[in-house]
Amino acid sequence: MRATAEVWGRLVAAGFRRQSSYRLAMLAGLATNVVFGFIRASVLFAAIDSAGGSLAGYDKGTASAYVWLSQGLIGAVTLTGIADIGDRIRTGDVAVDFTRPVDLQTWHLAEDLGRAAYSLIPRGIPSVLVGALTVGLALPTAALPYAMGLLSIALGVTISFYCRYAVNVLGFWLLDTRGVRTFYAVTSSFLAGLYVPVGLFPDWLHAVAAATPFPSILQSPVDVISGHVAGADAWRALTLQVFWVAVTCVAGRALTTAGRTKLVVQGG
Amino acid sequence: MAETTWATPYRAILASRVRAQRAYRTGFALDLTSSLLIGVTELAEIWIIFHNVQVLGGLDFHAILLLFGLSNLAFSSADLLVGHLDTLPTYIRAGTVDAFYVRPLPLLAQLMTSEISLRRMTRIVVALVALGFGLSLNDIDWGPATVAMLLVAAVFGTAIFAGLFTCAAALQFFLVNGSELTNSFTYGGAYASSQPAAVFPAPLKLVFGYLVPVAFTAYLPTLAILGLPGPAGLPTWLAWLTPLAAAWVWGLAALLWRWGTRHYQGGGG
Repeated sequence: MRATAEVWGRLVAAGFRRQSSYRLAMLAGLATNVVFGFIRASVLFAAIDSAGGSLAGYDKGTASAYVWLSQGLIGAVTLTGIADIGDRIRTGDVAVDFTRPVDLQTWHLAEDLGRAAYSLIPRGIPSVLVGALTVGLALPTAALPYAMGLLSIALGVTISFYCRYAVNVLGFWLLDTRGVRTFYAVTSSFLAGLYVPVGLFPDWLHAVAAATPFPSILQSPVDVISGHVAGADAWRALTLQVFWVAVTCVAGRALTTAGRTKLVVQGG
Repeated sequence: MAETTWATPYRAILASRVRAQRAYRTGFALDLTSSLLIGVTELAEIWIIFHNVQVLGGLDFHAILLLFGLSNLAFSSADLLVGHLDTLPTYIRAGTVDAFYVRPLPLLAQLMTSEISLRRMTRIVVALVALGFGLSLNDIDWGPATVAMLLVAAVFGTAIFAGLFTCAAALQFFLVNGSELTNSFTYGGAYASSQPAAVFPAPLKLVFGYLVPVAFTAYLPTLAILGLPGPAGLPTWLAWLTPLAAAWVWGLAALLWRWGTRHYQGGGG
């Protein structure tokens, strides 16, 4: 048990350290976050003005918090399809991974949690600061939303990882996963509420989004930290996240088991 | 033998890309679908906003369709023509650029023909559909000036985005591994161009109106075509200066490209 925890800790630390070596990429990510944050905030503000000061429960302060928190979290939750596992499946390196004493899915999850934790420092915090200093944010003054928010971010990153893992594991059947990954990136960012909060969706589209794990990846953590959902609603959001962690984890494992039998490794 | 022009390698590469990309049918179909989906979700985002409000930045939904169509037509055409310039960092790292230097074609021309991604064509389809609806649903006073404005927007709007892609690529000579940094301006500019610039606070109006002049690709032409007044700092008549905005971007691109290629020391090996 202690040994397992140690392995876990080391993998998380490795993910954290590996990410810290990509300085320019972090700066680039931050620049993108800030440019898009300004544009998104302008559009939402104009929409709120046009609607008479309030839109689907958002006023300018809470809309601004929504925009800048989501821009800050996007690096951590990563809705695009990272390809390392898919690449290892394509090249056959995954066969080596299967012989390791650590479970493939769990090992990559640990690294991804480390990666996400690091990206909050150079991308997450500065994005929120830029928003706070330029347009101002309405954030809760109590400590509880932040504590629940951190838990919600961790759950969101985990769901996001399990989804990306499942997409990559499709590589056992598809070889080239680029098309599926793009498809995933577009659908997930849209339904996660990256560009427009899910609360603004018309009812039918809201129902579609609610049937997917994507709002639990981004919209829920943002809603919980910003206090947009509070009390019993916040706990409900966290419970739903736990549900999606379980579903996406099991889906990824089932695909791995099925895919392993398809794996053909060249050479001896 | 046919005369060899700058377009000859372009045609040859295009034909080979068509063959290569059709070889993997499932992957190609998925690529086309994903690219279509990008355009569709962008339009859906705007539609969702208008599900909640009547007017955004002085434009109604029909006017926004015209804006979205023009902006996406310019961006996706430029992306199809030169979007693959963002592979330059990969070439620099791999040392492939050195091989380009010894060939008897300008480096930029070779890079532009190095790869054509056909999947990018489906986004043009979304743009054209939005533009079609935008042109038919709005009450437009058709005349030679309207047609001229549409042509100016399509041609020079594409030139503006192509110039921005070139600027971004030129900076890669200084920032190997930094393509994401410049992407924030190319893709951020594309996103900004599909929004009514009236929503921007003054500093952003200056940036997207004059410095990275994406307001010229769609917003100003939309105002001109619909005969609407512009917001403070962006009067409607500026739309006719779109060629000038394109010249500014291309001047910048030429300058950066010269600096970049002179700065380049070779990939070693």
